[in-house]
Amino acid sequence: MECVFGLVGNGFAIVAADTSAVHSILLHKNNEDKIMVLDSHKLIAASGEPGDRVQFTEYVQKNVSLYQFRNGLPLTTSAAANFTRGELATALRKNPYSVNILMAGYDKEAGASLYYIDYIATLHKVDKGAFGYGSYFSLSTMDRHYRSDMTVEEAIELVDKCILEIRSRLVIAPPNFVIKIVDKDGAREYGWRLSVNDVTTAAV
Amino acid sequence: MKLDTSGFETSVPTIGFGSSSDMLDELSSVPSFDLPHTKEFDGFQKKAVDMLKHAKGTTTLAFIFKGGVMVAADSRASMGGYISSQSVKKIIEINPYMLGTMAGGAADCQFWHRNLGIKCRLHELANKRRISVSGASKLLANMLYSYRGMGLSVGTMIAGWDETGPGLYYVDNEGGRLKGDRFSVGSGSPYAYGVLDSGYKYEMSVEEASELARRSIYHATFRDGASGGVASVYHVGPEGWTKLSGDDVGELHYHYYPVPPAIAEQVMEEATTE
Repeated sequence: MECVFGLVGNGFAIVAADTSAVHSILLHKNNEDKIMVLDSHKLIAASGEPGDRVQFTEYVQKNVSLYQFRNGLPLTTSAAANFTRGELATALRKNPYSVNILMAGYDKEAGASLYYIDYIATLHKVDKGAFGYGSYFSLSTMDRHYRSDMTVEEAIELVDKCILEIRSRLVIAPPNFVIKIVDKDGAREYGWRLSVNDVTTAAV
Repeated sequence: MKLDTSGFETSVPTIGFGSSSDMLDELSSVPSFDLPHTKEFDGFQKKAVDMLKHAKGTTTLAFIFKGGVMVAADSRASMGGYISSQSVKKIIEINPYMLGTMAGGAADCQFWHRNLGIKCRLHELANKRRISVSGASKLLANMLYSYRGMGLSVGTMIAGWDETGPGLYYVDNEGGRLKGDRFSVGSGSPYAYGVLDSGYKYEMSVEEASELARRSIYHATFRDGASGGVASVYHVGPEGWTKLSGDDVGELHYHYYPVPPAIAEQVMEEATTE
């Protein structure tokens, strides 16, 4: 039921993820942020089993930080993606992690890039990608309307189209989504798309 | 159906596993493997994993409001259809300012909460300051994550008050950890959510919040067969936790829904013996 998707535009990459924490039929939380800021110019959007998702992405994040401390240079997006895939592959036949990852990043030389890494350690550099049941609706929508030189506004329109499609067609559609963007100015939250507002005052 | 594996058992190896006569010198090292005692080779692994996914027959809840954290739970322990106890303590006192709730395996929850209490105390001694609720729940989540897939059954909420104010985290045996304002765990949790969500306001007073917690547990025990016994309510404030009430849910039922006295239309007279 977890919907994660993303695309690359002109000098930026955008990822969107649903924000529901689900346990069988119960929705424990509808504002759980599943897109982790890996470092200043990288994002990881992850979907999968709750323990694995947090533990594995934090593991990747700490190792990326460690590399930067040791070498004084940040990893490129491609290197981080390959490291992540390597960790998934090593664990695969012993103690596999059930996490699907979309890694988005911006490097000065390579520009914006998006990597599709699934739970059996497949790695692809892509222009657009999606995971979960929502992918059935978002992939075709993105295939139809995507162009490689989209501006941020056009890309957000496309993301909203996908969210609308997921909301109207997926039988148990997640109520809320979060959108994050990474470009030359860094990785940051772009916005939320809420259809169910929680009663409490503060979003945790 | 037990498979006949006698062909695999040899006391004197005549043919080694892929090697020749030097195996005779090493009598004890014939590689062999046990076949699983099952008819279905394809599905038994998944079934074994599913067997370990115990249903958590209980109702526990906790929520943050203006006055702190309210924690409540029922007290029934069931083994399938048998009620083994109506007086289980499902709210575990980790230390004077942190509480944990128990759902799932009683032994697992009690042990790991006690273990967490030890780790929290060690943290205090090593760092000369109390551990935060976030830190304590992360310690527990990491411990449970390292045992994932091994059949632990723990669905717990860690509630406490630290320097940042009230804190509430949900931690389960799959290693998931969620920060939130309202949680309910157990087989009766959907029923409890129904009452909790509709009656919740952040600005409640302590009395209103404890009444909401008690009512939610009562309604869950009414509908869920695996929950019952006594509804305990605890409050965690800036000074630590206090137990507010412990009411038998049977009595609560008649308190909330009293039976009006029946109007007798005709009274039968006692037959007199003569």
